[in-house]
Amino acid sequence: MNEKLLEFDIAIVGAGPASIAAACAASENGKTVVMLETSPWFGGQLWRSEFPRAKTRQAIKWFTHLSETSAKAFLNTTVIDAPAENTLLAETSDGNLRVKYDKLILATGTREIFLPFPGWTLPNVYGAGAMQALAKADWPVEGKRIAVAGSGPLLFAVAANLRIRGATIVLTAEQTDLMSFLKFGMKLPLLAPSKILQAIKYQSRLIGVTYKTSCWPVEAYGSEQLESVMFTNGKRNWKVDCDYLACAFGLTANLELPRLLGCKINHDAVFVDDFQQTSLKGVYCAGELTGIGGIDSALTEGQIAGLAAAGKMKQAKKLRRTRRRYNKFEKAMAKGFALRRELLKLADDETIICRCEDVTAGQLREFDDWKSAKLQTRCGMGPCQGRICGCAVKEMFGWENLSIRPPVYPAKMKNLE
Amino acid sequence: MRQSYDVIIVGAGIIGASCAAECAASGLSVLVLDKGPIGGGVTGTCMGHIVILDDSEAQFALTRYSQRLWNELATKLPEQAEYVRCGTIWVAADQEEMQEVHRKYKSYTENGLEAEILDNKALLKAEPHLAADLAGGLLVKQDSVIYPPAAAYYLLKQSHKNGAVVRSASEVKAILPEGAVGFSCGTIITGSVVINACGCQAPEFSKMAPIKKRKGHLAITERRDGFLNHQIIELGYLKSAHAAAGDSVAFNIQPRKTGQMLVGSSRQNDSDDPSVQHHILSKMIKRAFKYMPDLRDVQVTRTWTGFRPATDDKLPLIGPDGDSGKIWIAAGHEGLGITCALGTAKLLCDMIMNRPSEIDTKPYCPSRFAKGNTEDV
Repeated sequence: MNEKLLEFDIAIVGAGPASIAAACAASENGKTVVMLETSPWFGGQLWRSEFPRAKTRQAIKWFTHLSETSAKAFLNTTVIDAPAENTLLAETSDGNLRVKYDKLILATGTREIFLPFPGWTLPNVYGAGAMQALAKADWPVEGKRIAVAGSGPLLFAVAANLRIRGATIVLTAEQTDLMSFLKFGMKLPLLAPSKILQAIKYQSRLIGVTYKTSCWPVEAYGSEQLESVMFTNGKRNWKVDCDYLACAFGLTANLELPRLLGCKINHDAVFVDDFQQTSLKGVYCAGELTGIGGIDSALTEGQIAGLAAAGKMKQAKKLRRTRRRYNKFEKAMAKGFALRRELLKLADDETIICRCEDVTAGQLREFDDWKSAKLQTRCGMGPCQGRICGCAVKEMFGWENLSIRPPVYPAKMKNLE
Repeated sequence: MRQSYDVIIVGAGIIGASCAAECAASGLSVLVLDKGPIGGGVTGTCMGHIVILDDSEAQFALTRYSQRLWNELATKLPEQAEYVRCGTIWVAADQEEMQEVHRKYKSYTENGLEAEILDNKALLKAEPHLAADLAGGLLVKQDSVIYPPAAAYYLLKQSHKNGAVVRSASEVKAILPEGAVGFSCGTIITGSVVINACGCQAPEFSKMAPIKKRKGHLAITERRDGFLNHQIIELGYLKSAHAAAGDSVAFNIQPRKTGQMLVGSSRQNDSDDPSVQHHILSKMIKRAFKYMPDLRDVQVTRTWTGFRPATDDKLPLIGPDGDSGKIWIAAGHEGLGITCALGTAKLLCDMIMNRPSEIDTKPYCPSRFAKGNTEDV
């Protein structure tokens, strides 16, 4: 076994925008820094297609900045446990890695929320972000009819990107209502002006594409794979033929590691102080873990966390005002795209909720509490450990999986030794 | 809800559920109460083997009797109970342990059980992923594994069909000497008798229950169909199980119906902390690699801990708690709660109803721990 023990002043989990900003800030201030990242690329989900060669100005700036620092990074490296005080255990492609640190910064990002409806497990129903990632990796979508559905600004980006790659977007369905959507839009100039340019860019690529608010999928049909999707606006149902459905109902933070460590969590976000420090001394969180706010918020929080962890409180303090504005943006976004109750009743008794263990909504409806449901059906106990069904179960039944045990991700037994 | 029952059972784990099924089937009116969900205590965290052990005559008698009852029930169990009669292989690391194989073989076969001695070659044929240098083993054919929470759920459903009332999320504050239970809201429900089936929590209601918590760690793997055919236990397991003090580990692995494997085991006497402790997990995994090196590259999905309700003499408490005949106890099975559940329920119900029992109940009588009686043990 190839086991290494490394020591750094600051360990950062993740290599997305927040982590990069934190790494730059900390290492510029003389600290030794290591980044541990599960994926084989830098930039997280948002800059996924910017690696290895960045194309947008913001990404180029930060990638260059990072490369000029002494920060060390391990890609393909998944943190699986915190086996001792100030120590992380990670699985690498050829063994495991133990990292000792003084300060820890967590920036593990988000994943998409899926809500089950009849037919959602059919082949060719994809997560919106997953579909976009596939398309960016040159997976052919040209000439395909794609419906984009769910909630949040991500839908615009996904639809626009698929369209430039030659797909026909048959419908973009946003579940939130027009008023909430407009109210959110009106806050943009004040809270996140850069988002307006982005929105205009996407809009120009989406001319001629039907974008409906108060619209959501109720059932997907197909014998072998997806053939059509029934949509509704709450009053009327209609069927749309398509080859793919790209669907996501917003984003949820990857809270497993903060939870394992014992960080205080409020309303699906890690509680942090003005310096991004969690309820645990010396443990900081940045980016989407503290509230879904997008890239600018992530970069600012990353910088604050990096500076604070390096002991540069004065400099960190200067960024607080910017951060507060982004926090308002986070709140506006959560409000603008709040999920409607109707979405939580789409699953019929036969609809699968937990794909790992094949547990249906009907099976879960027999139980009054999460522990019973989990014990009797194994819901959420498969390889994904409830990462996919967890959100659905929480929204539909109000049950939350709070017990995180190592390994945080499935790991080879030898790497737990 | 009525306010009086023939039997009130506190605890809806595998023991309480078995007692409920047996009492209700015998025509008694039954109420089952648990502060948590069904099978939410050690029933939900343990391995779930139905295995015969012969540490003592009394242990052999109860495990064998209870296993026979499980075998009779097997065909009726729902699919979710994941019952598999996979058999157990007791693995001997060296020639010294092979002597124990021969002793066990003699003892099991003389008592009418099916067993087979495996030499090194036969052992590797039965389980190709075992280490090549192991001396051999003993295959005990009728042992099985089960998914305990689903079995408890099924048994309570059966009891419900016979009129039992099952209330989870109902925390009993006190078991009252007159055969009643009290809740913190002041409500009292009376019964002719009350059964304390609270496992590790049994001492909260009964000062006569000398039950200690013994912590264990477990790991479950990804699905690897065909990797493992039998439950495997190292013969050193007994040494670990007997260690009265300190922490110990022993290799124990089970094939689950899902294709997953459940890997154990550890024993800690003085820990109240439910968290997974890396140094114990690491020790347990190292032990597993010694016996089954190929496990190194198998993925672990999850690890967790649980607490076994243990007694000093390795035998459970089944019988009256005190002299009133109102309060009874069925707890303290340590690692054999699933195995002994059905037998325990039968014996206890026999005693409550003054029926003759198939095996002698005296060795399990709680009074053996009463002051002045300890010399008899």
